[in-house]
Amino acid sequence: MTLPRLVTWLLAALLLAGCAKGAPEQKQKPRVKGGAPAYGDALVTGSIGEPSTLIPILATDSSSGDISGLVYNGLVRYDKNYQLEGDLARSWEVSSDGLTITFHLRHGVKWHDGQEFTSRDVLYTYKVVVDPKTPTAYSEDFKQVKSVQALDPYTFRVTYPKPFAPALASWGMAMLPAHLLEGKDIMKSPLSRAPVGTGPYVFKRWVPLQKLELEANPNYWEGKPYISRYVYRIIPDSSTMYMELKAGGIDEMGLTPVQYQRQTNTTDFLNRFNKYRYPASAYTYLGYNQRLPLFQDRRVRQAITCAINKEEIIQGALLGMGQIAHGPYKPGAWAYKEKVEDFGYDPARAVALLKEAGFVMGAGGIMVKDGKPLSFTIMTNQGNDQRLKSALIIQRRLKHVGIEVKIRVMEWASFITNFIDKGQFEAVLLGWTTGQDPDIYDIWHSSKTAPKELNFIHFQNAEVDRLLAEGRGTFDLEKRKKAYYAIQDILAREQPYTFLYVPDALPVVSARFRGIEPAPAGIMYNQIKWYVPKSEQVN
Amino acid sequence: MASYLVKRLLAFVPMLIGITLISFVVIHLAPGEPVEMQASMNPKVSAASKARLRELYGLDKPLHVQYGLWLSHLAHLDFGRSFSPDNRPVTKKIAERLPITISINVIALILEFGLALPIGILAAVHRDTLLDRAISVFVFLGFSVPTFWLSLLCMYFFGVKYNLLPISGIHSMGSERLATLPWFWDMSRHLILPISIATFGSLAGLSRYMRSTMVEVLSQDYITTARAKGVRERAVIYRHALKNALLPVITLLGFSLPGLIGGGVIFETIFGIPGMGQLFYQGVMARDYPLIMGILVIGACLTLVGNLLADLCYALADPRIRHGRG
Repeated sequence: MTLPRLVTWLLAALLLAGCAKGAPEQKQKPRVKGGAPAYGDALVTGSIGEPSTLIPILATDSSSGDISGLVYNGLVRYDKNYQLEGDLARSWEVSSDGLTITFHLRHGVKWHDGQEFTSRDVLYTYKVVVDPKTPTAYSEDFKQVKSVQALDPYTFRVTYPKPFAPALASWGMAMLPAHLLEGKDIMKSPLSRAPVGTGPYVFKRWVPLQKLELEANPNYWEGKPYISRYVYRIIPDSSTMYMELKAGGIDEMGLTPVQYQRQTNTTDFLNRFNKYRYPASAYTYLGYNQRLPLFQDRRVRQAITCAINKEEIIQGALLGMGQIAHGPYKPGAWAYKEKVEDFGYDPARAVALLKEAGFVMGAGGIMVKDGKPLSFTIMTNQGNDQRLKSALIIQRRLKHVGIEVKIRVMEWASFITNFIDKGQFEAVLLGWTTGQDPDIYDIWHSSKTAPKELNFIHFQNAEVDRLLAEGRGTFDLEKRKKAYYAIQDILAREQPYTFLYVPDALPVVSARFRGIEPAPAGIMYNQIKWYVPKSEQVN
Repeated sequence: MASYLVKRLLAFVPMLIGITLISFVVIHLAPGEPVEMQASMNPKVSAASKARLRELYGLDKPLHVQYGLWLSHLAHLDFGRSFSPDNRPVTKKIAERLPITISINVIALILEFGLALPIGILAAVHRDTLLDRAISVFVFLGFSVPTFWLSLLCMYFFGVKYNLLPISGIHSMGSERLATLPWFWDMSRHLILPISIATFGSLAGLSRYMRSTMVEVLSQDYITTARAKGVRERAVIYRHALKNALLPVITLLGFSLPGLIGGGVIFETIFGIPGMGQLFYQGVMARDYPLIMGILVIGACLTLVGNLLADLCYALADPRIRHGRG
């Protein structure tokens, strides 16, 4: 009976192997910093998702944006300090009444197929975006346009019926090649799988579900990027992606707070990779349904804010990788007001505010008013661990001041359709990504409360309405700033949301890449200037 | 036999329609719509553009009209175009994923049967010995260990620490420049971990099944008779017992046919294998109705064919059934 013995032996080996102690981590020689810029090598990045389409106006996912951002250009773009600068437009003028913008296009910019980029392309892009047959998510800003004119191949003029401040930034939309698309059905265009743009990288190939490859554009108007190839690998699991990073299969990814704080502090890792940290363009909030009498009382909303220890949430849910949010803007943005009314963490004040609102402490330690206990449900979406943890911490803190909180976690689609759209919720724990332009009309204006619109908490404030219209109705930066500062003061006082935190973005990049300069806008803005010294090139 | 076959095949049609009808209704009952998933909570999307998208996808029509349209397209073998922004034909999206999923599943199935059957027989023959118990522990270990945990552990061990095997995906960087043989070797190396883990996890079911039928057969009178008349033990087990014990396994083989086009979502996600499981999962999460229906129809067809094949094989293998039907 040799076979059974062999099997038993194999079993034993397998079980023992499981218990064996791990060998020490393999070490690599620390790299010498410095080295002259050189052309070559490839930057391999990992992504959870695959791009859906590479025609930017049809896509809404971030993966598509990652690729399109390198292949296409807009007329304008944001620089590393979030200031608008010319991209395909060399310069622009806004008329004194704020109604017309004239763009002067760069001369000699070539599409990747060799054709020249002209105002005809701008005109086409505008037309296809506002065409009702185009299923695009980005037509709203362009519907404000009264007329457009291509004055000559390098001059493009757009006229608005009234001054519209987000207009300028909206022309940062990727320009599409008219000579390849005009007169064709954009939905069926091969460009969605093989784009032709004007950007620093030229599309090379797309192996479905595995990777996309781009190559440096030797004729790019800002100069050829140092890194010759850009490979975008699709790795759907974040733990796997982290292993690929450690094994050298990818060069960059975004870390989770746990990975950043606990798993990447070995000297080996720090020798091989550079970690970066800066505030992400997003915030997380607790929003109150202001259709409900309970939350119509400002004092109740303020009390809840007082009872929540935001610092504790940042420590607990983000391991410290974030900062307290007081309003809807990212710290450092030009519209961000540093000092607004801050309730801080103050449970005593929370209790006082609740008593002022007519609540008395009832049996079981829960506040009661008119015989009804102070109790509500926080809803959040499934799959976001940080939000769930935040909700749990809030639940515990609110219990201390006599507020009973239930938590309900739901799959995204049902959450939106059955609860948000119908106004069937009490409080929600969700987040917004913040755009670069401070216009937040859609989220806070009282006209935006219909089903499927974004002011789903039903915030209504005439003063905020007026200020929102004022802020988007002028190009004068100082005037806009004043309006948005005033809005932040009102939101801080009213607490329609309890703004919780701004999480940090935590990218990590292989140490062989140099030239990375962290700025308010993050690290990706100068990707074409990154390089690998000749001696360290591997791909 | 031929008329039986024709009858069975004709019965497929109403069954298929029933299956698709139920699936269609169930998917549409789930809250949320494709448009929702693409556009909800996006400040830049107006209600009007959402309505336009709905119209474009035909979601504004009543449900029975939508089903009728879908069915009439299907009758022309047109599975429609995906609702996701890439808007590609469903058949193309499925065809892209099918080869890798089928190859992995076929190899894993062969390994599963190749290993589980001997293991089951071994356990049955050595019933209640230490070996039997050790085998039980082993197969149940495979059954109960969470796949994602074991996968990550193996990836760390073989991929990061000892750098023996690739971690994820099915090709290395630059593999497209390799010649056929090295290219094939590169892909095989990528598949070692996923296939081993998949096989390990599936041993329990089949081997326990094999063990129990084998034990049952071994306790039959005719086995005792065979032994009594002095037939060698090997012959008793492999010639007399095994043949009969294998019969029910044929049914299992038939049942695993539809499984060939399905893939484990967690499994494929972890190993970065671009297979059917991920496609279906993403389809469901995005409420990509044409894609979901496409996969379900193929699955349903394979299930029906699998059942039929199992029945036919059964008849071939078992003279009693064959003669009973005439």
